[in-house]
Amino acid sequence: MTPPEPPRPQKSNRLGLPLEAYKGGKSTLCLGCGHDAITASLVRVLWESGIEPGRLAKMSGIGCSSKTPAYFSAGSWAFNACHGRMPPVATGALVANRTLLPLGVSGDGDTASIGLGHFAHAIRRNVPLCYVIENNGVYGLTKGQFSATADMGSRLRTGEENRAEPVDCCTLALELGCGFVARCFAADKRQLEAVLKAALAYRGTAVVDVVSPCVTFNNHEGSTKSYDWGRENERAVVEVGFVPFWETVEVEVPPGEAREVLLPDGSRVRLRTLEEGFDTSDPVAAWKRLREARAQKEFLTGLFHLVPGKPTFDEALGLVDEPLAFLPPERLRPSREALSEVMRSLM
Amino acid sequence: MTPPESRLADAPGSTVPVSPPPPANDFVIRVGTVNGSGSQTANMVLLRTLFQMGVPVSGKNVFPSNIQGLPTWFEIRLSPRGYVARRKGSDLLVAMNHETAEKDFAELRPGGVAVFEESMRLGGRGEDVQCFPVPFAVLVQECCPDPKLRRLVVNMVYVGVLAHLLDLEAQEVSRALKTMLGGKPKALAMNEVAVALGRRWAAEKYPGRCRLRVERPVQNVNAGKILIDGNSAAALGCCFAGVGVVSWYPITPSTSLGEALTGYLRKYRTDPATGKATFAVIQAEDELAAAGMAIGAGWAGARSMTTTSGPGISLMGELLGFAYYAEVPCVVFDIQRLGPSTGLPTRTAQGDLLQVATLSHGDTRHPMLFPASVAEAYSMALDAFDLAERWQTPVFVMSDLDLGMNLWGSEPFPYPEKPMERGKVLTEADLLRLGKGGFSRYLDRDGDGIPYRTLPGTPGGLGAYFTRGSGHDESGRYTEDAEGYRVVVERLLRKWETIRCEAPTPEVVPSGRGATRAGVLAFGTSWFPVTEALDILREERGMALDALRLRAFPFHDRVREFLADHDRVYVVEQNRDAQMRKILSAELPDLAPRLRSVLTFDGWPLDAGTVCAGIVAQEPAP
Repeated sequence: MTPPEPPRPQKSNRLGLPLEAYKGGKSTLCLGCGHDAITASLVRVLWESGIEPGRLAKMSGIGCSSKTPAYFSAGSWAFNACHGRMPPVATGALVANRTLLPLGVSGDGDTASIGLGHFAHAIRRNVPLCYVIENNGVYGLTKGQFSATADMGSRLRTGEENRAEPVDCCTLALELGCGFVARCFAADKRQLEAVLKAALAYRGTAVVDVVSPCVTFNNHEGSTKSYDWGRENERAVVEVGFVPFWETVEVEVPPGEAREVLLPDGSRVRLRTLEEGFDTSDPVAAWKRLREARAQKEFLTGLFHLVPGKPTFDEALGLVDEPLAFLPPERLRPSREALSEVMRSLM
Repeated sequence: MTPPESRLADAPGSTVPVSPPPPANDFVIRVGTVNGSGSQTANMVLLRTLFQMGVPVSGKNVFPSNIQGLPTWFEIRLSPRGYVARRKGSDLLVAMNHETAEKDFAELRPGGVAVFEESMRLGGRGEDVQCFPVPFAVLVQECCPDPKLRRLVVNMVYVGVLAHLLDLEAQEVSRALKTMLGGKPKALAMNEVAVALGRRWAAEKYPGRCRLRVERPVQNVNAGKILIDGNSAAALGCCFAGVGVVSWYPITPSTSLGEALTGYLRKYRTDPATGKATFAVIQAEDELAAAGMAIGAGWAGARSMTTTSGPGISLMGELLGFAYYAEVPCVVFDIQRLGPSTGLPTRTAQGDLLQVATLSHGDTRHPMLFPASVAEAYSMALDAFDLAERWQTPVFVMSDLDLGMNLWGSEPFPYPEKPMERGKVLTEADLLRLGKGGFSRYLDRDGDGIPYRTLPGTPGGLGAYFTRGSGHDESGRYTEDAEGYRVVVERLLRKWETIRCEAPTPEVVPSGRGATRAGVLAFGTSWFPVTEALDILREERGMALDALRLRAFPFHDRVREFLADHDRVYVVEQNRDAQMRKILSAELPDLAPRLRSVLTFDGWPLDAGTVCAGIVAQEPAP
């Protein structure tokens, strides 16, 4: 018996799935939270990019940001790990099944404090992981302490001033050899979505640090992670365009103005620098510019650095093509002769 | 007939004028050297030579947490009855370390033999100790032209001297040398010259040999046996269990497990057609990451593991508690060392029991397996992966430094005949049959407390669920609802009961004299000294005791039965706080008053004498 033809959705992506298929449970975050804006962008990006929900592995740690995988792509497996431990759990999952597409969602406490070591080591290894940091500079669930990404001199609601240097996840990623380093603003949807599409198509660790205002604890005057501050100060230094692999339209790139980067799946990323001298292929130059921006209290956004092609962790491990998780026993258990050989060598 | 073993005169430093030498093949050799001097190869040549001659023999390396310069000892026990536990004291001393020579000499048992660098001028025990001063420094100059290598080669000179004094078969010495150094022809040649020189020199100087004797037994009990350390044995088990992802952070004494496993995997788990690996070994940035990776891989469906020691277990606590509650399989090897804190990192202990049993906060419980031999290190490694996937929880294999890092003789390991048990994993076909909404991750369908799971990336895209350490209901959905939460944690208790019934059963060894009032309970490396102690108590004191060897936690019903059947049960363990006794008391409170303790916690492998003394002091005379 053939099941009755389902009503065809009005609009579907290349897999025939409606936008609805990429939604999740209702958000429990505060109304107006920057993280919800990022979630909405992720829903659209996953849909427009035609990502198979069953291949996506939503990985997160602990914090407001790390709750958000429950709010999108309900048809995907998800792992909400311990505080700061998302990268190793994602690494283990990816190595066990290299056909998965891990999307890590983390926060500034998760990544820049308790899990800073894991963040660094995931980048060193170049674990194929789209690593989104929902960065609000503050601990929300424990009611408003500074996080390690809070800028020097920024103030809490109570007026308390931050007197420690911030951890800049972008300059740190550049230092560690990351081939995809971006900073976005949760309210700048257009740029964020182009960057996320590129990050999902990239093979390797893609760091996307998204400044995402906390409406409850860090949206006041004196904060450098508020909506107002972001809107007034954001300056994109790179314009990001994304052309998915199935679009064959040739667009002429005027020489000297933009750089087109081909990603492994055939997608193309167009990077147009909006500031003279900024070079998205030069990590040292990007690092230098970001350090200057920090000194001058500038809020720069864009895909700062994109150089694909570095071997990913699973490639470096020389793994078989099939997922280790699904190998049959005869490929996992060596032969009787192998054991005899070992035993003879021990006699 | 096997001569009776001398076991009574174990008190060191006694000054009886002349004592009779022990019978052939029944004494302890102690080599005192300096860490990093390359003596390990020489000691292995001695051990292997004796093993090849068919003499029941075991070796223990007692070494410092240091790369070069601190005292280290290697003890070789020869035992006609095949006892492999450590025996306190020594009968033949090879003193190569000026710093410890006098103390080692003083501790020689009466009737002993001392071989030492002649500049040491040891003596003063009269006829009681037979002394063999040797000009090692001069001899090594003669056989080793390169001054930089003399520090290493000098060890082979003492092998040669002992080969003469004990009349070791030259061809077996040569075979042992080849086993150890066969891959390095230059080193082999140089060391062969050193052994030959030591032997020749000793034969000329001391033609009468020494009073200790080694004889090739009529029956070679070592024929067909292997020599292996427990860490390599466990590594072999992991390799043949089909481990997919190994994540670890180096720590003594578990490091050699990770390294041996890497070697076996590279050799036997590389796809011959493509040259690609069916495994991944990841050296993590710390133990938290090691646990996280193993859990991520176990969640994704690969057989995964980590290997560590006490301090690493401490760091892994939060994640392994997560895996208990989220029900993620993985295997954790804990090669225990002496704590607390950094403790004595190169000395053995059974001191992580209380920590592991309830590792992590909240109501957490973990199953533990206790291998007592290299054969069991191998078989329990195989079992651990089946059990972890069957039970969907971390399974701990509680080895220790003594088992893991020392060489032990064993029958060759059998090939695993049992098919792999991959647990309750739903396939695409299962999910299609169940239909939409038919799968609930934490629902107890079978009444055994073990739910069904799906693997991320299962073809067809059905069966996705949310894994979390926060409160969840039977579908894996976040909940703060008291009832929804309670249902899951109570079901975990039902699963614990299933685990208790399915875990490896204890080994019970009756005294052979009918039911006894007293029994002994031990596990892991405490078992060998306990079995030897039972012989001594029976033969020398007329004391008959039944014994039980624990093989797993939680405790099978037979453990309760054993305790109930005896008025007094001596729990023998290698820690200060009677940790296993405490766990037994908590699990079986009504039987707790019957438990007594025999404890050791000085970092030295447990010996039968200590067990005997501990029991005799508490047990009423028969």
